[in-house]
Amino acid sequence: MDFSLSDTQQMLRDTAERLVRERYGFEERKRILAGPGGFSRELWATYAELGLLGIEVAEDQGGIGGNFQDLAIVLEAFGRGLVVEPYVPTVVLGAGLVNAAGSDAQKADILPRVVGGEAYLAFAHGEPKSRYTLAHVATSATADGDGFSLTGDKAVVLGGDVADLFIVSARTAGKAGDTDGLSLFLVPKDAAGLTVRGYPTVDGTRAAEVSLRGAKVGRDALLGPEGGAFPLIAQALDRGAAALCAEAVGVMTALNELTLDYLKTRTQFGVPIGSFQVLQHHMADMFIAQEQARSMAILAASRADSADAAARSRAISAAKVQVGKSARFIGQQSVQMHGGIGITEEYVAGHYFKRLTTIDRTFGDVDFHLTRFATLAA
Amino acid sequence: MDLNYTAEEQAFAAEVRAWVRANLPAETRHAVEHHKRLRKEQYVDWQRRLADHGWGAPSWPTQFGGPGWTPVQKHIFDEVLSEEHAPQPLPFGLNMIGPVIMAFGSKAQQDHYLPRILTQEDWWCQGFSEPGSGSDLASLRSKAVLDGDQWVINGQKTWTTLAQHANIIFVLARTDFQAKPQKGISMFLVDMALPGVTVRPIITVDGEHEVNEVFFDDVRIPKDCIVGEPGQGWTYAKFLLSHERTGIARIGRSKAELRRLKHIAATETVDGVPLIDTSGFREKVAGLEIELMALELTNLRMLAAEKHGQAPGAEANMLKIKGSEIQQTLTELMMEAVGPYALPFDPQAREQGWNGEPIGPDYAAPLAPDYFNYRKVTIYGGSNEIQRNILAKAHLGL
Repeated sequence: MDFSLSDTQQMLRDTAERLVRERYGFEERKRILAGPGGFSRELWATYAELGLLGIEVAEDQGGIGGNFQDLAIVLEAFGRGLVVEPYVPTVVLGAGLVNAAGSDAQKADILPRVVGGEAYLAFAHGEPKSRYTLAHVATSATADGDGFSLTGDKAVVLGGDVADLFIVSARTAGKAGDTDGLSLFLVPKDAAGLTVRGYPTVDGTRAAEVSLRGAKVGRDALLGPEGGAFPLIAQALDRGAAALCAEAVGVMTALNELTLDYLKTRTQFGVPIGSFQVLQHHMADMFIAQEQARSMAILAASRADSADAAARSRAISAAKVQVGKSARFIGQQSVQMHGGIGITEEYVAGHYFKRLTTIDRTFGDVDFHLTRFATLAA
Repeated sequence: MDLNYTAEEQAFAAEVRAWVRANLPAETRHAVEHHKRLRKEQYVDWQRRLADHGWGAPSWPTQFGGPGWTPVQKHIFDEVLSEEHAPQPLPFGLNMIGPVIMAFGSKAQQDHYLPRILTQEDWWCQGFSEPGSGSDLASLRSKAVLDGDQWVINGQKTWTTLAQHANIIFVLARTDFQAKPQKGISMFLVDMALPGVTVRPIITVDGEHEVNEVFFDDVRIPKDCIVGEPGQGWTYAKFLLSHERTGIARIGRSKAELRRLKHIAATETVDGVPLIDTSGFREKVAGLEIELMALELTNLRMLAAEKHGQAPGAEANMLKIKGSEIQQTLTELMMEAVGPYALPFDPQAREQGWNGEPIGPDYAAPLAPDYFNYRKVTIYGGSNEIQRNILAKAHLGL
């Protein structure tokens, strides 16, 4: 049993935390959100220079050959800064799927571009009727000449409005809900029949509704086995959930620090409000919630690439439940203790709260993961 | 970072398990597993077996007879013993007065008392709380006055766990009536066979006799039965209450109880469907299991920090708060699991060797009484409100 950080992890933490401290102040973030695309391509290039876009990518493809725990270190720091660049869609989901399922040619084509900051990816999987059910894919992929023709709708595709390349889940057999018959396809943003409707999400990041109407791709667009993509999808979404757990711990830690500071400095009735016992007890419970979430985020990161899929999913569901509950509690309590300022646009507390709320709604909420945890055997 | 036990730690767990299986008497094991009342000699017998094997005091330094284990080994030991349904170690000697005597007691006290704690030759109990002094312990009114070469103690203690079995008690009493409340308190080691010591049972709402009142009427003890310096009792008491860290969350015990809950919920049915498969109850159990997983990892993180020389901070308060809440929820869900068969009150069914016909399922009788009894865990050892006060003040700086 060892919870200490490796040298690489220590370096990644220092790098990411310094970046957030120096380049991601609240005013800077506001400027980034108001700019073109709602994120900073300049910072994305910096992430590339620092190696942050290729943590899990093999060294011969330009990456640093690290593991998911290394990635989680960076995500926690990004959570502190409320980083809005499409890191999870491109690096965790997109590059992760190519890494896991891609042919040598696909890896050689895509991964160096991601590592270099030249390509944005998005995983177009969820659908308007799927909620969080993994196998609820109605989008069809029918054989068409030498390739496939894709038709269907993809909902709330994270990072979809800037993606250069989509990884689209579609059915080559079966019906919505079947775990068999699912396939993944690489679809460029300019493919005929593909329409992207981008929009901001409530936390300030970006997503898109993606529709495919007879979008044609070649046979070489198939990523992984035809009809056998379900385990890849499950792993990708587990990895996404584990990544958000790490990010949420960063957000919660920063929000608790902010709130604690407020309790010590805000005075009412002539005394700091932190001298009131009811607020002290709330703050103690928020600290406990943060540490319980941190423990489970560490577990999730350590299991994200486990070969035992059921054990991986069970651990990550447990983590997403704990993180979701802690995040909701801390978010709501922080706003409450700040009073009115907590729900203003001009103050950062409410932005942390919005990010935490977004995370709970992404890759399965508390209820979804609680049921999944309960039904997966230990 | 590696969340798995090392090969050495796994081998250690296997060694402990094999030894416990070979040495824990079947009757004791059965009684613990099925929530029966343990007899005094069963506690003593088990502690002696552990002590004979060198495992009597997992958290003691080797110089006083401890095994010299790492924090992780202590956690594994606690977990395996819980899984194997060994009696929970009694904290009063091992984890409360023992460490105080090591740190502040005289050489003579160390030589006399510590070996007797290891072998349970003395059964210690704790004389802290008084009828008027619960969370506000420093307001205690018991007093000790020096008369020649004897202290004369007068006062009343309460909530004294298992005092009916104890032969010796550590007592906080006021020796200086002018000083600030915390400064005037001293700690004494009192033989309960002395004239003037009276133990009176308190029966709790589960019908059990676990706690007592202890009265001191002109009890005369030798002058050297004080611990350390007069007026330092409060400091020693704080040391005592903060010393017991590993095991404070009772994680091993809760994991064993969670298995029992799942077993009961798999046996009980709702319209033919196992209760554990009904949505609602299933999610409640799952939610609790996740809380327990998180707490175990939090505890392990603390232990790892301890191994690297970082002293545990206010996180110990966190373990007490969450650990006690989880224990209570476990008893609540077990009671819920048996439905209306939580209602029959049949105290004799908790007696070992009772062969009567159970009312309802044989596991049902202790469940509601346990639920009532376990309300104590958020009250004792510093109520959870006091724990939150300490966490907020000491750790968060509020």
